[in-house]
This record gives sequence, structure tokens and C-alpha cells, in this order.
Amino acid sequence: MREDAPLLEFDAVHTHYGDLHVLKGVDYTMSSTDIIVLLGGNASGKSTTMKTIMGTVTPTAGEVRYRGDIINRLSTAERVKRGIAPVLEARRLFPRMTVFENLEMGAYTQKRGAEFDADLERVYELFPRVKERRTQLAGTLSGGEQQMVAIGRALMARPRLICMDEPSMGLSPRFVEIVFGIIQTINRQGVAIFMVEQNANMALQIADRGYVLQTGQVVLSGPAAALAANPAIREAYLGELQVEA
Amino acid sequence: MTGSAIFLQQIINGVSLGAVYALLALGFTLVYGILELINFAHFSVFMVGAFVALVVLEAFGLQGQSVVMHGAPLVLVLLVALVVTMVASGALGVAIERYTLRPMRNVKGPMAMITTIGVSYILFNLVLLATNAQAINFPDPMPQASYHVGGVVIRLKEILIWIVSAVLMIGLNLFVKRTKLGKAMRAVAQDAEAARMMGVDVDNVVMIAFFAGSALAGAAGMIFGLYYNFAQYSIGYTAGLRAFTAAVLGGIGNVPGAMLGGIVIGLIETLGSQYIAARWADVIIFSILIGTLVFRPAGLLGMLAPNRS
Repeated sequence: MREDAPLLEFDAVHTHYGDLHVLKGVDYTMSSTDIIVLLGGNASGKSTTMKTIMGTVTPTAGEVRYRGDIINRLSTAERVKRGIAPVLEARRLFPRMTVFENLEMGAYTQKRGAEFDADLERVYELFPRVKERRTQLAGTLSGGEQQMVAIGRALMARPRLICMDEPSMGLSPRFVEIVFGIIQTINRQGVAIFMVEQNANMALQIADRGYVLQTGQVVLSGPAAALAANPAIREAYLGELQVEA
Repeated sequence: MTGSAIFLQQIINGVSLGAVYALLALGFTLVYGILELINFAHFSVFMVGAFVALVVLEAFGLQGQSVVMHGAPLVLVLLVALVVTMVASGALGVAIERYTLRPMRNVKGPMAMITTIGVSYILFNLVLLATNAQAINFPDPMPQASYHVGGVVIRLKEILIWIVSAVLMIGLNLFVKRTKLGKAMRAVAQDAEAARMMGVDVDNVVMIAFFAGSALAGAAGMIFGLYYNFAQYSIGYTAGLRAFTAAVLGGIGNVPGAMLGGIVIGLIETLGSQYIAARWADVIIFSILIGTLVFRPAGLLGMLAPNRS
């Protein structure tokens, strides 16, 4: 681990599912204060990127570095222990466990003690609604509430980096706004965010930088504001058709 | 005996028998809950457990019904036999998982289930050969004390069986509900991928489930031996199928459901034998299995919460 190293780097990373070549030499880099958004269509390799960060997919070539260490073959449990926590696509709470038990699962790699209590307090402060619902079964919550629990669950791992897969998916516009506000709050508290998001408009507003992935390759990257202004991005992801003036 | 005394007597017998089925059903349900695998090797683990208990008790110098013990020595001997039986059966379950099922983990279809049938047959035939297919007299060191309560006879043996079963079932419930590993087990059962992402070692959780289920099957085997005074290579099949029915009836994958299902099947067996005919017991029990699968596949205490949302 080097203190001056970027928090997370992908260096010419390739992945395969059998014969299928998914990521074809992608490079990402982010610092410990960044919010990064990854844009891309279906089958572009977004989910594979998330899986490669969490260690459920192993690169076939290239290096994934976390705080300067190569983590290509590190187990998911070890990654979580070192501070990489996921917010999974479609939330994936444990439906027949209580909200509190879901939060406990988030802290699975942590020791129970004062730090756990402090983390819990922090989550409850951030999400008063989660505190109210703590004894309820997670499966009985609304989508927005579940997303709060999912983010709270990630925070219970004391992360330096949270990987979010489609955090706004299936939420009402009001909750989408709340969720993006929370992401900014968490980031200001010192947690880096790497997210895959369909809602490019909102995501680029809060992100520092973005990457655009197409069939396994990064085709565009740069500051979020520049990407938001890029006509090609506006057309592809922001739902605007370019009209020749 | 009066009619109501007979009824109560059969209730008592049914609860004792049901305790055995419940302990055995828990193993089916734990493994199914996590791997969605029906583990037919569980039948034979139960049977092997009965023989392990038999060997341990004989090692204490107990042969058949010739030696009767009392008080602390009796409790100590039974406790040692129970612990050794549970650890040995648990280890057998873990070995079965590690060497025959884990290599099949990512194979789709019924391969893993068929493997468990194969393992079951291997154990069945090994014990058949080792015992010359004979039923073996099971040591019974317990005093033949019994208590008469309102025309009903309760044997000391039965009270012991109830206590041991209750302690084991409450223990398992607390383990699953309260401990970190127990919670990880429930998390894996509900969403293995998400649990892995929380840092849970899924292989480890599967191993614990096999250990716990098989240890309980071993305990059930020992209780069976003490209750019926014999052990035989074939005891796993009848008891195993009934316990499997109990697990389905209670809601497979559901821990309290397995306990409830076990007791219900035990009661049906004894009451059915009393009031209809013993030879009809299996017909009734397996009709319940089919009826449950057709009309209420989630079982009595089936999962009511949504599976994923």
C-alpha cells in the first residue's frame, strides 16, 4: 500500500466468461475523494466492471490496484475488509431478515464493538427512516426505503470506496433525488463512490469524472461537466436528439 | 385403558417419535434452504449415527439390556455417547459435502441430488455388509422407570428423549437466529450472491449447515436406537422418508416448520396406527406429502415474505 497511490486503478484489464471477451483492456483511475460514474449501454461491461472490483470476476489480463496493491486475486471478503463495499443492483437486501440484521450483515467482516455502534449511529442519523424500520423485515419495505438500507448496509463495512450498481433503478423521482443527495453527503464524509448509473443526467451532476464504456472498451472519459456537455453523450444517454441548427 | 387414556398415550408416543423426525427433518431443511438440494445421503447419516452411538455405548461395557445405570453415571455415559455421535455424524456430513457435492456445486440439474442417492446407497451397503444385514440389539442402560399420570404411562426414556430433543432444537434455533454464523446462514439461504458480497464465505456456511444437520441426524439416530432398542442398516429409509415428508409439510427451508412437521408426522403415525391400522400409516403419511406438494407447496409455515424484491 502506498499512501500517494490512487484509491482504485484498472490497468489494461481484460475479462472473459469462457470464450466471451467482456472487458477489453479498460483503464480507470480514481482518488479517495472522487465520485466516478460509469456510463454505457447493455452488454457494455458495466456489471462486469462492478464484479471485477468486488472480486467475483477475476481479470484474465491487466491489473486491478487498490491503494497501490494489486488485488486481482483477492477474495471478496478480503476486499470488503479492506474497505470496498457494494450497493448491489436492485438492492438485494435479505428479505426475510430485519432491517437491523441486514445492517449487521453489512458489518460482517468487522468486529462487533464501539465502532459498530458508531457506524450504526451514523447510518441512523443519515437515514432516520431506517432507524424507524429497524425491526421490520427488509422485504416489506418500499423500494426507496430498501435503497436506504442497502446504502446503510454498505456504510456498516466502514468503506473507503462504495461501488454502486444502478442506485436509482426502480425508484420514484423523489427518492432518486434523495438517493443522489445522500451519495454526495457520504462522499463529503470521506467515502469515494464508483457508480454505474442509467440516469446519466443526475449522475453527471454529482460526479467528478465519468467513463463511457462501449462493448468492453472505454470510448470516452473526462470531467463530468465536460461529458455532460458532449453532444454524443447528450444524444446517447441524456435523451436529447441533436437537431442540426 | 379407557378411550381417552389410549388417545393420550398415543399422543405421548407420537411426540417421542415426532421428535426423532423433527431432528432429522432439520437437516433436510437446513441444506435445502441453502443449496436447494434434497440430500438423500441424510437418510444414511442418521442410520450411521445410530451405529456410532451403539459402538460408543458398547465401549462403555453396555450390552443390550443387561446393564442398568442410574443417576450421574448414566447421564454422563449418555452425554458422552451423544456428543461423540453428533461430532462423528457431523464430520460424515461435512465429508460428504466436501468430497462428493462441492465438485457438483455449479452443475445444473439433478446431478447433485442423484449423487446424494449414490452416497446414501454406499453407506447403506457398507453397514449392511458390516452387520451381515442383521438388526443389532441396541444398549439400553436406562432404568425401566415409568410414571402413571391419569391412566397414561410415561417412561423415563421418553422424558429424556423429549429433553434432549428440545435442547437441541432450541439450541439450533438460537444458533440460526442469534449468532453471527447463523445469520450468515440465513443470509446465504436468502441471497447467496449478496451474502458473498458482504464478505461471507459461502463454502464455510454450507459446511456448517451440513455439520449441524448431520449432527442432529446422528442425535436422532441415537434416540431412535434407545427408543426402539435396535439398529439396522435399513432404518434410514423409513425414518428418512417420513422426516423428509415432515420437512416438506412444515415448509422446506423453514427451521420451525421442520420441527412442527416432525411432531405432526409423529402424531399422525401413532394415531393413524391406533385408529385406522398400522399398515395404513405410510399411506396416510405419503398422501400428506403429495397433498402438500400439490395444494400447499410452501408448507404449513412456508415463506410468506417475498423472495426477492
